[in-house]
Amino acid sequence: MLYQLSVLVLVVPLIGGILAGFLGKTTGKTFTNTVTIFSVLASFLISSYILYTILNQPDLIFNQNIYRWLEIGSYSFNIGLLIDNLTASMMVVVTFISLMVHIYSIGYMHDDPGYHRFFSYISLFTFAMLSLVMANNFLQLFFGWEAVGVMSYLLIGFWFTKESAIKANFKAFIINRVGDMFLLLGIALLFSLSGSLDYSTVFSSGPMINNQLFFITENLSVSALTLACILLFGGAMGKSAQMPLHVWLPDSMEGPTPISALIHAATMVTAGVFMLARMSPLFELSESALSFVLIIGSITAITTGLLGLVQFDIKRVIAYSTLSQLGYMVVAAGVSAYSASLFHLMTHAFFKALLFLAAGSVIVALHHEQDIRNMGGLRKRLPVTYTTSLIGTLALIGFPGFSGFFSKDALIEAVAHSTVYAHEFAYYCVLIGVFVTSLYSFRLLFIVFHGPLSEHNNNVQEPQLSIVLPLILLSIPSVFVAWPTVGPMVFDSFFSNSIVQPTSIELFGYEFTDSLHFLTHALSGPVTYIAISGIGVAYLFYIKQPEIPNKLALTFKPIYKLLREKYYFDYLYENILAKFFSSLGNSLWNLGDIKFIDNYIVNGTARKIESLSNKAQLLQSGYIYHYALMMMLGLSVFLGWVIINKIGMAS
Amino acid sequence: MIVDQIIWLPILTALIIVALGEKRSELSYKISLFISILVFGLSVYVLYLFDPTTSGFQFVLKTQWIERFNINYHLGIDGISLPLILLTTFLTPIVIYTAKTTSKNKLHQYLASFLLLEGLMVGVFSAMDAFLFYVFWEAMLIPMFLIIGVWGGKNRIYATVKFFLYTFLGSVFMLIAIIYLYLKSGSYLITDFYYLPLQVNQQIVIFMAFLFAFAVKIPMWPVHTWLPDAHVEAPTGGSVILAAVLLKMGGYGLLRFSLPISPEGSMTLAPLMITLSLIAIIYIGLVAIAQTDMKKLIAYSSISHMGFVTLGCFVFFIEGNALNPATINLAINGAMIQMISHGLISAALFLSIGVMYDRLHTREINDYGGIVTTMPKFATLMVFFALANAALPGTSGFVGELTVILAAFKANGFIASLSALTLIIGAAYTLWMIKRVIFGPVKNEKINQLNDMNKLESISLGLLALSILILGVWPKPLIDLMNESINLLTLFITGT
Repeated sequence: MLYQLSVLVLVVPLIGGILAGFLGKTTGKTFTNTVTIFSVLASFLISSYILYTILNQPDLIFNQNIYRWLEIGSYSFNIGLLIDNLTASMMVVVTFISLMVHIYSIGYMHDDPGYHRFFSYISLFTFAMLSLVMANNFLQLFFGWEAVGVMSYLLIGFWFTKESAIKANFKAFIINRVGDMFLLLGIALLFSLSGSLDYSTVFSSGPMINNQLFFITENLSVSALTLACILLFGGAMGKSAQMPLHVWLPDSMEGPTPISALIHAATMVTAGVFMLARMSPLFELSESALSFVLIIGSITAITTGLLGLVQFDIKRVIAYSTLSQLGYMVVAAGVSAYSASLFHLMTHAFFKALLFLAAGSVIVALHHEQDIRNMGGLRKRLPVTYTTSLIGTLALIGFPGFSGFFSKDALIEAVAHSTVYAHEFAYYCVLIGVFVTSLYSFRLLFIVFHGPLSEHNNNVQEPQLSIVLPLILLSIPSVFVAWPTVGPMVFDSFFSNSIVQPTSIELFGYEFTDSLHFLTHALSGPVTYIAISGIGVAYLFYIKQPEIPNKLALTFKPIYKLLREKYYFDYLYENILAKFFSSLGNSLWNLGDIKFIDNYIVNGTARKIESLSNKAQLLQSGYIYHYALMMMLGLSVFLGWVIINKIGMAS
Repeated sequence: MIVDQIIWLPILTALIIVALGEKRSELSYKISLFISILVFGLSVYVLYLFDPTTSGFQFVLKTQWIERFNINYHLGIDGISLPLILLTTFLTPIVIYTAKTTSKNKLHQYLASFLLLEGLMVGVFSAMDAFLFYVFWEAMLIPMFLIIGVWGGKNRIYATVKFFLYTFLGSVFMLIAIIYLYLKSGSYLITDFYYLPLQVNQQIVIFMAFLFAFAVKIPMWPVHTWLPDAHVEAPTGGSVILAAVLLKMGGYGLLRFSLPISPEGSMTLAPLMITLSLIAIIYIGLVAIAQTDMKKLIAYSSISHMGFVTLGCFVFFIEGNALNPATINLAINGAMIQMISHGLISAALFLSIGVMYDRLHTREINDYGGIVTTMPKFATLMVFFALANAALPGTSGFVGELTVILAAFKANGFIASLSALTLIIGAAYTLWMIKRVIFGPVKNEKINQLNDMNKLESISLGLLALSILILGVWPKPLIDLMNESINLLTLFITGT
């Protein structure tokens, strides 16, 4: 029964997407949004039912193949479902956010000529994302992994006549492909050692793989498991936009705002974090791999947060915030606190989707204005958007009581008690990150909603209900979702049937009793005070003394330039690497194919033959005595050869 | 016999159509379309009758042909040839169906050439007698030569001569090898060659002789430069058949001749073959990025994708100390799927380029931009084919590359890693083309006035898209068809 329902969860958005895509244009907008919204709603309701059921009856958890994709000799590759607490909670989060975004898009995309295409894409994306999280094997994981990538590609380039949009989606796809290549190689390595792509088989052969060595040269070898984990994490670095593969995410803001919320904040970009948790039976065996994860996560968390401070595009600020928060989740996985990582993934999904949709609401209200320098004082005109933005911001910075507080605090506590190599470095990064987060978040909030209202924004109005409603609906979990869940999810055995991790005592150093106790305990730590001091500085910089930031920028010009240029990663990739490879291709073509093979060898041979035959022509002079001479010469050579042979044989 | 009919029905129809003359080209079109669909139906019937649980040849037909040399007219189909025959008979009706999108000089002869080609190609795939194989192999050149030479572009003479010389020179060595094998065994039956006790040195020489013929066809670096020229000059239908089927002859030859006849020779030369495959995948992939002509780009992409076929045919030789039958199976199945899949995808891409060329008469990427605005249906399909070309999971393009990379990793992690670069390079050249051609602002007034696909184009591209999707979502039936024959091949390779 649960199996059939799970298949239904997966298939319904697919059908909705296909119907909207093929029939949407002729049947109209109502048909399009009805069929997709109801399919995602059905998916959400069934997912919730599944989660509810397996929570009450844990023995209903199952791992079942749907069909055999390929069978070669003894190897078989399947498409199948693994439904446990991890999967079920991801399903609920994904379908809920997707539902909110579907509803929101009715209003946001209302006047767009690609209306049906948009709904079709986001429904298909939901299908792809679900097939990723519900997979019971690496093949389907990779299938979902690439499928969400394609939907992201199509949606970033949704406004395909915009040069910047189609540049951004191409970039996103290629950089994701770099990560995907590592993921595929990691999968191939695991396959070569375990002979299977099924999670259960690979995980159970983890200890065996751990004893294997992978030889880089005859004498140099690394642990095969560590290598596999690092390769898998390479995939996560692409999809979850970790340094140095992060550059595509800010550019992905070229897509419509609803998809920034759905794909580039709440769901797809967290696929890497989800994968780390799913692969915990492997990662737990390799401390080196965990350290690598931890270092990359820490660097991402701090460096990308700093970039958020100097952006003027409302969506890009939030995008850098997403990058930084993804870094936090990866850090948590690096210290084996997968449950804290997933918990932050979940709370982040709610409040970051909220922030993006609220930003979208501002953008719509201001007729597609995205530059925050043209905003200000909007709180009086957009009270609902302002309130919900404030809620989202407080949740993001981890203000006590909000959902982000619980997840971030648990996460940082886990880092503090970690013993993995580089945990100290990570701890300082995440602490500084807290300050940076609250600084850029409140910078955005203050610049957009506070201060004087400019003249041309005087008639701004709150957008329609279908836009505002999802904001309100998302505010609720942004505030409250952590209260009842932090205990079971982070500290108790909620995920124990899905992921492997050290017990909470080892991780956090204290016993969790209840959320209120956790709250008061956390107030004794530094995190909350750092966050609040960030608000204070933001208040000083952007409300009290707005000239300070400019002065700072002038005083520390090189640093400001470095941040504005995003540490020159884009320059490196676009102007150096991309140029290098395209000119390499050009020279291989011109020098290798055309000059060397074609002109030198092929046509060269032809010319050689031509000149030889020209010389041969000289022989055919038509004079009898020339021919006679040739015959004599030939005859004597032939006779000579025969004689020499005879002598040779005789002696 | 049914195989016999699949070969001769199109050839005889070709003769009739030529006899009908130019005035009745409308009738010729109908006849050839009908016959090619009928032939496809026949091959589907073969598929229905085919027993995938046995490894040997089925539908065998043997008649004495030249008694003096023990040459027989000997046909048969096994799991390796059947998918390729189906590919041939599936694509020919599509090529014939779309032949009418532009008005052609002497349409009836054009159609006749394709029918003739179809019969000969099926002949190559079903010949069990090496001499018969050689006859079909060489005869096939003639209609292809005509298709490019008569209905090709400006530079068609240079391209045809280059095409002809390359392929002809290559096959001369193959003929010598076949005669040598006949002298050794007293038979022209290909499977008799498998049992010849050949020394390693002899095997190496035989392998090289066959390689000349096959490497040109595949084509492998450095004998590949005829292909981009041929594609650029060929009419759309010619490019489709060239990329989709003719290139597969080389891969088929490796599986039918090189590997089972000279397994030790193959093993000795495997490092060379793997190196050439990687050059195809990486070097040619980079060259593809630099192309400004869409057909050239797809031609280079074809060479790069065929690199996976050759990689799959040889990579298992370098795994550890002993050959592992499981890896061989995986790799060769991967090579076969890659051939079928590339056949469908390259056909689709060349047809798509044809759709645009028919409208704007240019293949230059820079002349395009913003096609999606005026041709949304076409753009959807073209993007789909491009993603399939970039090996997107869920399309057939992924299946072959996945299995070959998995097998390669079992053999050697570095080779697998280098071959996996195709994930980036392949996506780069394909999607960069898409970015410049399909997306973006409408480039010029001509594009503004384009009409979306007509019925002919929609049906043919739609059928291809459907088959690419089905094979990607559920490739198991295809593998089941080939499995036993590949198992047998594995036995010959391991020498047991």
